[in-house]
Amino acid sequence: MTNKIMDIFTQQLINGLVLGSIYALVALGYTMVYGILELINFAHGEVTMIGAMVALTAIGVLMGLNPELPGLVVVLGGVLVAIPACMALGFTIEKVAYRPLRHAPRLAPLITAIGVSIILQNAAMLIWGRQYVSFPPLLPQGRHEILGAHITDLQIFIVVLSFAIMGSLWLLVERSKLGRAMRATAQSKEVAQLMGVNVDRIISATFIIGSALAAIAGVMVSAYYGLAHYYMGFMLGLKAFAAAVLGGIGNIAGAMLGGLLLGIIEALGAGYIGDITGGFLGSHYQDVFAFFVLIAVLVFRPSGLLGERVANRA
Amino acid sequence: MNSLKWLAGSVLVSALVAGCGQQAAENAETGDVVRIGSVAPLTGPQTHIGKDNENGARLAIEEINAAGLTLGGKPVKLELLGEDDQADPKTATIVADKLLDAGVVAVIGHLNSGTTIPASKRYHDAGIPQISPSATAVAYTAQGFSNAFRVMANDAQQGKALGEYAVGKLGAKKIAIIDDRTAYGQGLADEFEKAAKAVGGEIVAREFTNDKATDFAAILTNIKGKGADLVFFGGMDPQGGPMAQQMKRLGLAAKLLGGDGLQNINFIKLAGADAEGVIASSPGLPLDAMPGGKEFKAKFEAKYGPIQVYAPYAYDAAYVLVEAMKRADSSEPAKVVAALAQTDYQGVTGPLKFDEKGDTVGGAVTMYEVKNGAWTVLETVK
Repeated sequence: MTNKIMDIFTQQLINGLVLGSIYALVALGYTMVYGILELINFAHGEVTMIGAMVALTAIGVLMGLNPELPGLVVVLGGVLVAIPACMALGFTIEKVAYRPLRHAPRLAPLITAIGVSIILQNAAMLIWGRQYVSFPPLLPQGRHEILGAHITDLQIFIVVLSFAIMGSLWLLVERSKLGRAMRATAQSKEVAQLMGVNVDRIISATFIIGSALAAIAGVMVSAYYGLAHYYMGFMLGLKAFAAAVLGGIGNIAGAMLGGLLLGIIEALGAGYIGDITGGFLGSHYQDVFAFFVLIAVLVFRPSGLLGERVANRA
Repeated sequence: MNSLKWLAGSVLVSALVAGCGQQAAENAETGDVVRIGSVAPLTGPQTHIGKDNENGARLAIEEINAAGLTLGGKPVKLELLGEDDQADPKTATIVADKLLDAGVVAVIGHLNSGTTIPASKRYHDAGIPQISPSATAVAYTAQGFSNAFRVMANDAQQGKALGEYAVGKLGAKKIAIIDDRTAYGQGLADEFEKAAKAVGGEIVAREFTNDKATDFAAILTNIKGKGADLVFFGGMDPQGGPMAQQMKRLGLAAKLLGGDGLQNINFIKLAGADAEGVIASSPGLPLDAMPGGKEFKAKFEAKYGPIQVYAPYAYDAAYVLVEAMKRADSSEPAKVVAALAQTDYQGVTGPLKFDEKGDTVGGAVTMYEVKNGAWTVLETVK
């Protein structure tokens, strides 16, 4: 019996880990933009959705052209179409909606961000319709048993890919020339400019990289749940944003930690809350539980788990 | 410059006036226009089902107009005003007010129980008849509104059939129940629980989700830990599809059972191969076994494509309404409500009669199972 309880616990941890990896990947996009512009890019969740939709369209076309293609190749083709599409989208959003407002009061770009998010949702609804679009079962569905818990190839793939991407992003920011310019811009746009950093280009690059990550996350989410629809970016964006805040917004490692934590808290919360409270609170408090932890962390560490206290900011 | 502007302006005004005159003339020629509202979610996750309902009602109205309708000795043209309630209770009442302002004499709708119930108060206050093609929550007709009707078996009838079927026919011993906390999902799940318990089923878990969720891993894992051999889901296909997939992914060997919210084409599309073996019920008879099913299918699909699920009910609701108008020989709401209560109509979906609450008398419930990627009839229970 205790064995069985352990198995279920392991399973919940795996559930949370997979969910958390997805949150973390989307959270990176929020945190990168916030780190540099102190702007909450509310349209980021919608970029994720557009990534999923574009990839699904490309996958449909590829399958139509050659039904014999192996599933992995088709999905890869979809991702390769979605990434540049989202990069172009991210670049355009920044150029059209945020750049003209860079010196405006901070509330103004926040409101345009919400506006862009609504525009993207409705554009997607017009292009792809309002129905749930199903993701064809192209990826390997192999199942493994680890410590009494089930994990599929796809789940392993999602976790590994997320960590690989997060690692390379960290390397990019901490070790490369572009990363140094990004960090300089984050500290002070004016001084960075004086040092010869092309701030406009760095900001564009940030949006482009963030959007590419969003495209990958979008495809992963739709492959994992087997569906995509125009509204999927909203809740995902909100959760990822919460994850970024939990870990300390503006901090890349924080976004990863926050995402993973939020995923695991949600899984354990929804899985056990009913039993712990003897049925008084049920699994419909899943989201409440996650956000309660968020509030609790913010009360004691207002800048998030890994966030640094920066007095002259915010 | 100035005179040019004036000229342009006067041309515009005269064109407008001419346009108005023309429209008035048309109205006089075609007789009275009677407006009927149709409400369903036309945006959001349930769009496909909502559009299906509206198309069902539209097909009926178009047929009736083509055949010609005379009320009180005057030719009458019916106009269907389609509105979108976004499956949202708040929007439902706003849309209801909008339709009442537009002067509708009756409403076919809404699709969801969660929207039908708050809107029914508005229609009741205005005294116009409301016929829901698909709202199945018991609460809708339990409010004591004489103007509220439905043409489908309600949750009590369906939940009872499902609960007895799960224990009696499927031999379920340990049952887990999930609902999406909507009036429909919760109502169905409650009725299921009651019926399953009454025939000796044990409920080992009661879990909850919402109608926007896609991740059920946590609650399904919990259910697995309780050793359930049957999972009942009170909710719709956008959640049911991923739920079926995640059950397989977690190695949860229990059978998935659902209500009419799952019993549609989209569920199979979303669940893919994991839809195999899922059982769901639908009120009424299967389309092929409906008295007018084949004919309706041909007519509907020629115009709007495949039937999602409730279109025949919306179609029947429209016919029941107009048939009551004919008997009342008027489109006056109070007279139509009185005539509706006396309905005895042979519809596409079967014979339709209302009891004193406005529920359909003797609604049948049919069980379906996904076999080879299609819903196949298991049996019809009463």
